[in-house]
Amino acid sequence: MRRPPPAILLLLAILAGFVVMALAAPLLAPYDPLHQSLLARLRPPGTALRAGRFLLGTDDLGRDLLSRLIFGARASLAVAASSVAVSLATGSLLGLLSGWRRGWSEIVIMRLVDSMLSIPAILLAVLTVAVLGPGFVKLVLVLGLTRWPRYTRVAYAQTLQVAALPYIRAAEMAGCRPWRILLRHILPNIAGPLLVVATSEFGLMILFEAGLSFLGLGIQPPTPSWGSIMSAGRDYVARAWWLTVFPGAALFLLVLSVNLLGDWLRDRLDPRSATR
Amino acid sequence: MTPAPPALEIEELSLSIAAARVVDGVSLAVAAGEVVAMVGESGCGKSLTAQAVMRLLPDAVRHQGGRIRVAGQDITALPDSAMRRLRGRALSMIFQEPQAALDPLATVGAQIAEALRLPLARARPAVRAMLEEVGLSDPERRIDQYPFELSGGMCQRVMIACALIARPALLLADEPTTALDVTIQAQILALLRRLAAERGTAVLLITHDMGVVADIADRVAVMYAGRIAETGPVGALFAAPRHPYTALLLAAIPRLADTPKSRLAVIEGRVPMPGAFGAGCRFAERCPLADARCTAQAPPLRDLGGGRHSACFHAERVG
Repeated sequence: MRRPPPAILLLLAILAGFVVMALAAPLLAPYDPLHQSLLARLRPPGTALRAGRFLLGTDDLGRDLLSRLIFGARASLAVAASSVAVSLATGSLLGLLSGWRRGWSEIVIMRLVDSMLSIPAILLAVLTVAVLGPGFVKLVLVLGLTRWPRYTRVAYAQTLQVAALPYIRAAEMAGCRPWRILLRHILPNIAGPLLVVATSEFGLMILFEAGLSFLGLGIQPPTPSWGSIMSAGRDYVARAWWLTVFPGAALFLLVLSVNLLGDWLRDRLDPRSATR
Repeated sequence: MTPAPPALEIEELSLSIAAARVVDGVSLAVAAGEVVAMVGESGCGKSLTAQAVMRLLPDAVRHQGGRIRVAGQDITALPDSAMRRLRGRALSMIFQEPQAALDPLATVGAQIAEALRLPLARARPAVRAMLEEVGLSDPERRIDQYPFELSGGMCQRVMIACALIARPALLLADEPTTALDVTIQAQILALLRRLAAERGTAVLLITHDMGVVADIADRVAVMYAGRIAETGPVGALFAAPRHPYTALLLAAIPRLADTPKSRLAVIEGRVPMPGAFGAGCRFAERCPLADARCTAQAPPLRDLGGGRHSACFHAERVG
């Protein structure tokens, strides 16, 4: 196995940094992200008070921004990871089924995919949350169950290709059960392209979570989320720039590294589509 | 006590694609431990016959009639789930391109164990013994290797191990050596021959290579355009063919004595298109012995004695 280039190692380190931040938030955060102090409202980065030093400043309720950002990474990564898991599982399964069974299941599933893909995803998500109401589980389900069609398309096309290969015929001739052929022989052989879709969706899901939370439809206050921090900071953008700049920068850095890693992964798994 | 039924008994099998009868009234039996070769050129229906026995025909092919019995059990009437349980256990199949026929992401051992419906951890001793039996060196290491680490000949040995580990009564081998070079080909054929004899497995070998037939078969069935032209024991059939097609086919084998200047023997004309079969003998238009009767009615497969059958009105005049 070739060693990945240094730029990729750097991106991996950034991603790993965010993951560690999310997992070990209570250990890393200097303060309680929910602790309010009206005496320390809207202090700029670096302010030192008797209560302590606020590296990235404080918000309108006097809460430490750095601590809130560290805890906010949890919301981003947890929502993105869970919704990607839900949509990856749903989408792959439907794609495998329609590619293997063909006939009616193919027609029904693939036309459903076409119609889902023709509706703007963010609109669909906003509408469903508006009806169901916000909350972590609902957010994951909404994102997961609106984002499966891309996986289905890829899984379907790949299944069609792989199912025609001699080793799948050989498995049939050995008396393999259909579900075993699907899960043990076809799924591993189409996992690469699905993984590439999953990485690109992961970046998108982070943005969706931030976007919905910004609109007040995602993670609910007081639980910190980068989107809701920015939303609250919008009212003070002229007086307290740090409330929008730092969460925005964190979001940018995380999504950028996820996307670049995804591109690299795609080029590794499918050299033909390499962008150079 | 009645004698054991043959491992495979095909009775008047007919298959069609649209309106064309691509396999027409084929009957054939293979006894336990016997190797029967089915020979014929591309498109004569030999592979379709094998797929019909596995009950894995392409969607476009319709089963028009005829019975297929494996070890006495009529499989044409079985429900799909029961048929699936028989595959790999009562009957199994190997085919060409052994490297493509193994899952690239599963180890050799896992694939062989799958035929036993057991996880590799429990089947490991049996898998190792089977690998030894098919003549793979260092079986303990091979178990955990992936197909890309093996050569074509080794992959075919693995395929054979997959096919035979559950001790099926019948093995269908569809051009198993076509993709291999000649020395490996001889080794694989000898292996098939030996395993069939040792385990009492019936083998239906499908090939277009007369050399392969002469090497390992006990009996031959020559097919032409979806029908059986002639069957008989290998020695007798090669020595004195009783169907003009067989005679011309044997004459077309290049010999070492041929010089670079000598012309290759060919059979004039071509196989009729499946939609254009006439009422008579399907070989009539290319046949040197054909007369008016041959184009008017189809010759039945006649018993000539000595285990030989020919579908030719002029069988006695061939040669």
